[in-house]
Amino acid sequence: DQTMSYQGKKNIPKITSERLLIKGGRIVNDDQSFYADIYIEDGVIKQIGDNLIVPGGVKTIEADGKMVIPGGIDIHTHLQMPFRGTSTVDDFSQGTKAALAGGTTMIVDHVIPEPGSSLVEAFERWREWADEKACCDYSLHVDITHWNDSIKQEVLSLIKEKGVNSFQVYMAYKDLYQMSNSELYEIFTFLGEHGGIAQVHAENGEIIAEEQNRMLEMGITGPEGHVLSRPEELEAEAVFRAVTIGSQTNCPLYVTRVMSKSAADIISQARKKGNVVFGEPITASLGTDGTHYWSKNWAKAASFVTSPPLSPDPTTPDYLNTLLASGDLSVVGSAHCTFSVAQKAIGKDDFTQIPEGVNGAEERMSVIWDKAVVTGKMDENMFVAVTSTNAAKILNLYPRKGRIAVGSDSDLVIWDTDATRTITAKTHHSAAEYNVFEGMELRGAPMLVVCQGKIVLEDGNLHATAGTGRFIPCSPYPDFAYKRVKARKQLAILKAVPRGMYDGPVSEFSPMSRGGTPSASTRTSPTKAPARNFYQSGFTLSGPEEAPIRPAGRRIVVPPGGRSNITSLS
Amino acid sequence: MSGTGYQGKKNIPHLTSERLLIKGGRVVNDDQSQYADIYVEDGIIKQVGENLIVPGGVKVIEANGCLVIPGGIDVNTCLHKPYLGTPPVDDFYQGTKAALAGGTTMIIDHVTPQPGESLLEAFEKWQEVADKKSCCDYSLHVDIPHWHEGVKEELEQLVQEKGINSFQVYMAYKGLFQMPDSQLYEAFSFLKELGAVVLVHAENGDLIAQEQSKILGMGITGPEGHPLSRPEELEAEAVFRAITLGNRVNCPVYITKVMSKSAADTVATARKKGSVVFGEPITASLATDGSHYWSKNWAKAAAYVTSPPLSPDPMTPDHLHSLLSCGDLQVVGSGHCAYSTSQKAIGKDNFTLIPEGTNGVEERMGFVWDKAVAMGKMDENQFVAVTSTNAAKIFNLYPRKGRIAVGSDADIVIWDPDKIKTITAKAQQSALEYNIFEGMECHGGPVYVVSQGRIVFEEGKLQVQQGTGRFISRKPFPDVAYQRIKYRNKMMSKQGVSRGMYDGPVYDVPATPKYITPAPSAKTSPTTHQPPPIRNLHQSNFSLSGAQIDDNIPRRSGHRIVAPPGGRSNITSLG
Repeated sequence: DQTMSYQGKKNIPKITSERLLIKGGRIVNDDQSFYADIYIEDGVIKQIGDNLIVPGGVKTIEADGKMVIPGGIDIHTHLQMPFRGTSTVDDFSQGTKAALAGGTTMIVDHVIPEPGSSLVEAFERWREWADEKACCDYSLHVDITHWNDSIKQEVLSLIKEKGVNSFQVYMAYKDLYQMSNSELYEIFTFLGEHGGIAQVHAENGEIIAEEQNRMLEMGITGPEGHVLSRPEELEAEAVFRAVTIGSQTNCPLYVTRVMSKSAADIISQARKKGNVVFGEPITASLGTDGTHYWSKNWAKAASFVTSPPLSPDPTTPDYLNTLLASGDLSVVGSAHCTFSVAQKAIGKDDFTQIPEGVNGAEERMSVIWDKAVVTGKMDENMFVAVTSTNAAKILNLYPRKGRIAVGSDSDLVIWDTDATRTITAKTHHSAAEYNVFEGMELRGAPMLVVCQGKIVLEDGNLHATAGTGRFIPCSPYPDFAYKRVKARKQLAILKAVPRGMYDGPVSEFSPMSRGGTPSASTRTSPTKAPARNFYQSGFTLSGPEEAPIRPAGRRIVVPPGGRSNITSLS
Repeated sequence: MSGTGYQGKKNIPHLTSERLLIKGGRVVNDDQSQYADIYVEDGIIKQVGENLIVPGGVKVIEANGCLVIPGGIDVNTCLHKPYLGTPPVDDFYQGTKAALAGGTTMIIDHVTPQPGESLLEAFEKWQEVADKKSCCDYSLHVDIPHWHEGVKEELEQLVQEKGINSFQVYMAYKGLFQMPDSQLYEAFSFLKELGAVVLVHAENGDLIAQEQSKILGMGITGPEGHPLSRPEELEAEAVFRAITLGNRVNCPVYITKVMSKSAADTVATARKKGSVVFGEPITASLATDGSHYWSKNWAKAAAYVTSPPLSPDPMTPDHLHSLLSCGDLQVVGSGHCAYSTSQKAIGKDNFTLIPEGTNGVEERMGFVWDKAVAMGKMDENQFVAVTSTNAAKIFNLYPRKGRIAVGSDADIVIWDPDKIKTITAKAQQSALEYNIFEGMECHGGPVYVVSQGRIVFEEGKLQVQQGTGRFISRKPFPDVAYQRIKYRNKMMSKQGVSRGMYDGPVYDVPATPKYITPAPSAKTSPTTHQPPPIRNLHQSNFSLSGAQIDDNIPRRSGHRIVAPPGGRSNITSLG
């Protein structure tokens, strides 16, 4: 059997299929760890076990008891992202190389269509860029930057034909990407019906706009203005609102970039109340904090500018790592979005103009290992869950990705728990001149990375090839999120109370009166005022009666025998 | 001392000054209880103590060991709020009668101007009506139906000349009263400068509008559609947002009508984090629940329609009483807004048209006693706090109101903890033909009520007179809300980092960017037209070769960077 396939298939495009045997490692999945060998062929895991029978001449890797884990999935990147005529300095090649160097074998990038433009076209453009350059497998989220009926159709075709199941909406960036509550409600409803995941950038854009004005008026123009105008409670507020809308519309919610303790707390509470919500802290929020915004070095301070901002509270990373370990937060992205210092300097006189984004694709897995596993917060299985498995489940890529099992893609990493490296811009794989983790010593690093069955990192050397990364389509209705949603749909069917017609008296009223009380505007109610009013004109021969103060009980249309039965309501 | 007072003043308008001695009661304030007699003259408490020396011929009330408490203050009534041109059936006369019968000697009514209407004119209209009809002292909140520049001047006038220190804004009623967050931010900022308390109707109106059309679309038109379209999490969400706004602006926030557990919890959590926020449950949310919306009797179901709606969760009243007892919620209003069944029936085919409001002004104090004090959750001092003293403090009436002390107004209630009353529409003071508490038994009630020094309720009988109620003006910056705000103002002044000018390379932004990334729009920053870097003015986009075919293709990074001589080296390492 083994020899057959060994002889047979060689026609996979782009991939030079390698046969690999990983011996003597401890396989760590999200549910268990065990010692076994792994045999890989054609980019797929073919066998797992002891004493495997494999063809001769297979390249053998000795894992020496080290951990063998599913390759990381970085669920949030912005590679080659266009920005005011330029783009982020890490393109799909540079960015995926950095990812691979850190033990991540798949990325999910955000497509950001310009407001007013076609989502599908933007998606195709991103596909082109990524197909040309990506060194590892990738998927795409599509951001919904405006909302109307034609966008609806595009979202549908992205879900049904293009392999996209997650869409991001913005609660910030007023007058640009920001969606109103009603639009969010409609989008969530739509995604909930069609099996999509609603991702939100959760910050209150209205209040941010006010606070930005206030800061600039106070003469604060440096990067510290960024965090001062976006305090963490604006993040928490938006998360709370997003959770509410998600729960109303019965749509799974995914909060991108959880940056603060209070935002994370809201997610924990919501999960405890049963909401289907996932929280994604990023490398930066787990590894560093927002005190650097006050650095005297403008370029350094600006390099930390991202939204929501890093919290100035230095205990935040520890707190987020704890919630990640307990399962209250679900996945770790990097939100890798790198601008050069020169690009950041567009905002040198006005912090609102600083392009937003930090690095983190390469450091992602090591930061978690160092801050959560080494500190005893998290075990190795949970480490796999938050760096890989949970992302695969949310995106419906599991078990093809996110697991070491027969039949899964052979994206795997031999993780060296004893390795220590010092992060510095001088040696990192990103094209950025800075690194927000500069000088940090991190324990835990990949020793060997296998991507699509090929060794791409060995002995510290990268052997990645641009264009080998494949687009991995994500199908709708991921079980991880939708099993519960589907069950709730059955329960959520509302029924009217069957009761006899009300046949008592009805007050006359003036529908056009300015003396209206809070009641839904006509826009919100399909049925207009009762028809009888059109026949009973307010005009009388005695002239208009004084409208406002009228003794109670007058002008009541009492039908014969009407009143008696309603005096007592018990 | 008291002798001269007795001889001297007789010229208080409306008032037949009475001299009263209340003997043998336990005087209960929010901080302590003591056995003492009270001597009242000219509507003011003149003496508190034992063996008082009082003039002869004074009317004596024997309290017989009952509680003697400050008269209740009902901070939330709508006695003149019209619905589609029809006024509520309880006007200031009928409504204050009901209040007094329940032990409440002061109300604060909501002035509800329509969008576009002058706040000042609306206020004066309300004041005129109330002066004519009110049987007890009153004050007014003014609701802000619509935020615009012109409103600021009126607010200033209301605070500085008219004695108003509290204004309500709405987060619900889309297309009518609802304000977006940016307007709320501005309103909060402005009101805070005036020293006012911001009252918030907290419900997410955008989502309600969506839910209403969804539910009507499903063919649900009856009163059950009301709570279905306004689930409690929409209340909690808005409360959370209002508190966030309050924190940002550093402005005290007062949540009117706390109707659900989750909204109350949100208030409680925020207070633990230090937010200056107050929560007001109402009689209805403390004594009944939203299960009645599903009643087969349309009129009954409609009687409960109020916003935010009563929670269908029957544990809600108990939870709210617990939070009230421990101080997480502070004040009990009634939200009394009485529309007759025929008025409610305007919405007989569409729940969104049912006028909103429930009764509760008469039952307010009784149910707090029955469900909190008699249950052992709350002591008598806290009872006084939540029914009277806290309201007086928050709205800057203390210690004139809300306390039994020498110099305070003689609004006094003799409260019998053992009195038992069965609530029924047949026996109530309200003009309504129903009562949402119909049939409920209530322990505790007033035996005597003294308002402005006169006995207005005695042995179950009311002796009131229209127009005796005075407008009580209130000063801004109430201590209980603003002391902390003032200190925080001092702390919150922020300073920029003083750092050298950045002199490294700057990416040269094209004049008309083809691609925009998440960056705040120009509208949000005062430097609206961000001038392109100066050199750009010299480097015209025009060239002899004309437009390039790749003009719309994003440039690779690294291109077009203006690197000054020797610029890059010092920024590679930022550590």
